[in-house]
This record gives sequence, structure tokens and C-alpha cells, in this order.
Amino acid sequence: MSLSNWPLKKEQSKAHNIKSTKQITIPDGLWVKCFDCGLLMYSKVLKRNLKVCPQCSYHFQASSNERIDQLIDQGSWEPMDVHLISTDPLGFKDQKLYSQRLKDTAFKTSLQDAVQTGVGTMLGQKVCLGIMDFRFMGGSMGSVVGEKLTRLLEKATQERLPAIILCASGGARMQEGMLSLMQMAKISSALEMHKKENLLYLSVLTSPTTGGVTASFAMLGDLIIAEPKALIAFAGRRVIEQTIKEDLPDNFQSSEYLFEHGFLDLIVPRTQLRSKLIQILHLHTNNN
Amino acid sequence: MITSNRKPTVPDFMRPVAELESQVAELKRLAPKNDKVIENKINRFQDKLTKLQKEIFSSLTPLQRLNLVRQSERPTTLDYIPNILDEWIELHGDRGGADDPALVGGIGKIDGHSIVFIGHQRGRGTKENVARNFGMPAPGGYRKALRLMKHANRFGMPILTFIDTPGAWAGLKAEELGQGEAIAVNLREMFSFEVPIICTIIGEGGSGGALGIGIGDSIIMLEYAVYTVATPEACAAILWKNSKESLAAAEALKITSHDLKVMGIVDEILTEPIGGAQADHQSASKYLRKELIKQLNILLRLNKSELKIQRYEKFRKMGAFYEI
Repeated sequence: MSLSNWPLKKEQSKAHNIKSTKQITIPDGLWVKCFDCGLLMYSKVLKRNLKVCPQCSYHFQASSNERIDQLIDQGSWEPMDVHLISTDPLGFKDQKLYSQRLKDTAFKTSLQDAVQTGVGTMLGQKVCLGIMDFRFMGGSMGSVVGEKLTRLLEKATQERLPAIILCASGGARMQEGMLSLMQMAKISSALEMHKKENLLYLSVLTSPTTGGVTASFAMLGDLIIAEPKALIAFAGRRVIEQTIKEDLPDNFQSSEYLFEHGFLDLIVPRTQLRSKLIQILHLHTNNN
Repeated sequence: MITSNRKPTVPDFMRPVAELESQVAELKRLAPKNDKVIENKINRFQDKLTKLQKEIFSSLTPLQRLNLVRQSERPTTLDYIPNILDEWIELHGDRGGADDPALVGGIGKIDGHSIVFIGHQRGRGTKENVARNFGMPAPGGYRKALRLMKHANRFGMPILTFIDTPGAWAGLKAEELGQGEAIAVNLREMFSFEVPIICTIIGEGGSGGALGIGIGDSIIMLEYAVYTVATPEACAAILWKNSKESLAAAEALKITSHDLKVMGIVDEILTEPIGGAQADHQSASKYLRKELIKQLNILLRLNKSELKIQRYEKFRKMGAFYEI
């Protein structure tokens, strides 16, 4: 072995050493780092705090299943229309076939589509609840989301129940073309029926609520509630920056920004959401 | 209608037609008068030209249609209104501090019926387009529309809307004033009105900005008009991560009148003159007036509750899914 090979050999043995220490693996998802303040925490601690960072109260994305557990009285949840599945009406293909994308997403998330609907009680008060799930194709609104929410609202109207929808969506699902845009109209028509009967509809905006969802049922709540620092927008920030070519305010399109401009009634942290909703429902029971 | 003598821009697919057209015109000018042989020949050229034009227009791709309806010569709402209505007054203001020039409205009379009209208004040429914000309404525009529609509902006047917008304005001020809220309220309230609503897509129907005045009992679409959930450019940028794929996006999104009729989103396709509405404003207006009167007479036969139930059912049916 020549002397010039010596540093190379040393390098290799070092590499080997590192590899061996790496074998003490930590299971995925056991520890979570807060995106905002960087706090490292045990994932169960985060979950116990409803996925809100205990230090800076950053709101992590919550799945629809977690939401149901957080909001509804235990054992009272009766899901509706669980057998509705998206078709691919346009035979849409971008970088991937839409039909394949649907299958893959359903497999990955074990959800049928981007919303769960059902009836449950909150401290004994019966409500119709719809919860969007951002994990399913960005919570985008296609025919199934439109149909499920419409049926939910029709049931609420029929049984004279208050309705609550938690929004988390990137907007209309482009893969369904104009049919997805028309879901905005369909849900709004069901809300008109619900409103005409003087029934209460609350919309809860979580991050993100944008596009076609903002321009329909998200903004039609009799009372509109948002989680802190949620992104709520009609048009995307990048689109606006490109078109006007000027800097946007820091808190632009956040819950606090919308609150300042009068579009929200309340900003409620997730940890208090259930109790606040119960209080609001309770305050309205005299009139119903 | 074209007041400026600015040379119109010709889209690529129209080049052969434009070339032939100018050649025929040149021949006509040069040909000696009263020469039957030459006249016949010119007429034959003319026929050929018409045939070519028909062929080109019958096989336009979705993206070509989009470019066609974005041409500045295409008639806008305020070009149609004087030709369609017997008399009319434009009304202004949202009563909230603004009068959006990108969305116009007023009252008028058509075939003996008093009506309220509302429409997106694009400009012609850069200066006017800047003033009209390229037909992209701010929240105030939608609130003005709502105010006028409520007026129509109170006085029992049918509502005619004309859709022609690339989309609702996406800007700082629009977000601040609640673009989403303004459109959302229109969607809901348009289901509450007890007067007939007829919507016509005359050019580009751009997403939520179009739907904001697009809830109707009868939805008419001009032959070459398009109606999209997102502009093909935006869709390509988001789904293909490449805005150059807009041709593929335009095909995939199904934005033409025929596709949308099959899907049940529009009720009637209105034939346009050869060369599109921009080639012959008068005929285009005549066809539209005739169709509007026809639809109006059908809808006026229904009573208030029938009308509302029918409107609800119409939109209730839209969507495609399996139920297992």
C-alpha cells in the first residue's frame, strides 16, 4: 500500500463508522419538530394538544378523522354517504391519469374523497357536520364533495338542524372541469334553502381555504370562524404578486388580515373550538 | 361597431382566410365593370373563401376558440345591448363606495318586457381595457350586480346576464374587499330570486368570476365561446407545472360549447355568423335577441315557485360520481 492511499483508506473507515451509528433508528413520526418555532416534541404530546404546538400554538394540519374526535361527542358520530366515489367524467390526464390519482390517493389516505359528512352531537346538541380533508388531493372540491355537502345541508334543512362545515381546500378540482365549478352553485343553492328556514349555518375556516371554496360556502356562514393564522384567500398569493408586481403585506390573506377587514366573526384556537361552537349553538337554541 | 381604424390582429389560424379575403377584394377592385366572365370567377373565389372559412371554424381547437373570443373586435356586453334591447338605461354604483366599470348593468325593454341586464364589460384597445380592468370585476362589481338583481326581483323584471370575463380580479384590493364573499353571496342569492334569469356566455367564461353572475334558469352559450374552471394557462401551470402545456390543458378541460352541452352545463348553443360574432355584430345580435325572447317567453309561463324549484333541480343534478 502506497502512502498516497492512506488518507483514502482512512476516509472509508470513517464512512463505515458513521453507517454503524446510523443503525440506531428512530421510528418515523415519533418526534415532531414545529414548523414555526422549531420545538422538538414527542408526537403524542402534539396529538394530545389537538395538533397545536404547546410553545407557539402553531396549528398543524389535522385530518378529518382527528377533527371528528376533537369536536363530536364520543360515540355519537353517524357518517353519511360513505359510498360516494369520484368518477373521471372527462377522462382527464395531466402528468398522471385522474382515475389513477384517485385510486392512489384513496389508498394512501384511506379516505373516499376530500370531505366527510355526518350527524353527531356536541354536548348533546345534534348538528350536521361536514369536514374537509386537505390530504385528499389538496381538499379540492369535485362532484363528490359537492354532492356530499349538498346532501348534508338538505338533511339539515329537512330535520331542522344547524349545520357546520369545516373548510380546508385548495379550491375547485380542475380534473373534473366545469362540473367542479358547478358544485359551488349546487352547495350555495342548498345553503339558500337552509337559510330560508331560518336555520343556523356556521363555517369554520382552517388552513388553507382558497379559491372556489372561499367563493362559495366558506364565506356564506351566518357566523364565520377561523383558526389562527390560517391561509384564507380567493386568489393565490403568487398570482397576485405576479399581476400587481408589488409587495404584499406580511399577514396578507391570513385569518388576522380577514378579521381586520371585517370578514370573520371570531378567530378561535383549535383547543377552544369545540367549547366555542357549543356555546354558539347553545345561544341559538332559544330561537330554533 | 369598430370605431378605431386600428388594424385588427389576426390569429394564426385565420391567416389563410385573411390572405384570400384581401386578394378577392383586390381582384374586385381591379376587375373591369360588367365583365361576366371575370365576375363569375371572382364569385367562385368568394365561394371558395366561404368554404375555407367554414372548414377552419368547424375544426377550431379549444385553445383557438379561446384566442378567438379574446379578440378585441368581438362584441362586448355594451355592443349587444343597444342591438338587443328596444330601449335601455345604464345604472351605476354598488352603494358601498364604488362603481365598477368592469361589470355593467341597467334596465331596459325587450319585446315588450321590462328587464334588468348585467354583464361583464371588456374594453377595446389598451387604454379602454385598463379603464375596464380587462373585464375583471372587483368585489364592488358583484355587489352592484346583486343590488340590480334585487331591484329586478322586487319589480318582477326578468334578469339577463352576459358573461365575458377572464375571471374575477385577483389583486390586493380585491382580497381586501372580499372577492370570495361577494361572489359567494351572489351564488346563494341568485337561487332566491323569483324572476326568470337567463345567462348568456358571449365570450370567455372565466371560473368563479363568470359564475358570480352565472346562475340561471336558462344558460345560453355562443358557439365559439368557452367556459372554464380555470384558464388553460393557469391549469397547465398548476397541474403540468408548465404553462406551455396550455394546449393540452385546454383540450383536457372540456371548455367548448358542445362539450358543456353534453355535460348539461349549458342549455342552448347559439350559432354565430361565419367568422364568429366579431365578423358580423348585427347578425350576432339578431340571433341573440331572437333566442333571448324565445327563452323569456318559455320561462314567463312558469309561476314563481315552479321557477325556483326548476332552478334548484337544474343545478342539483350537476356532478358525476358513483354510489356503491
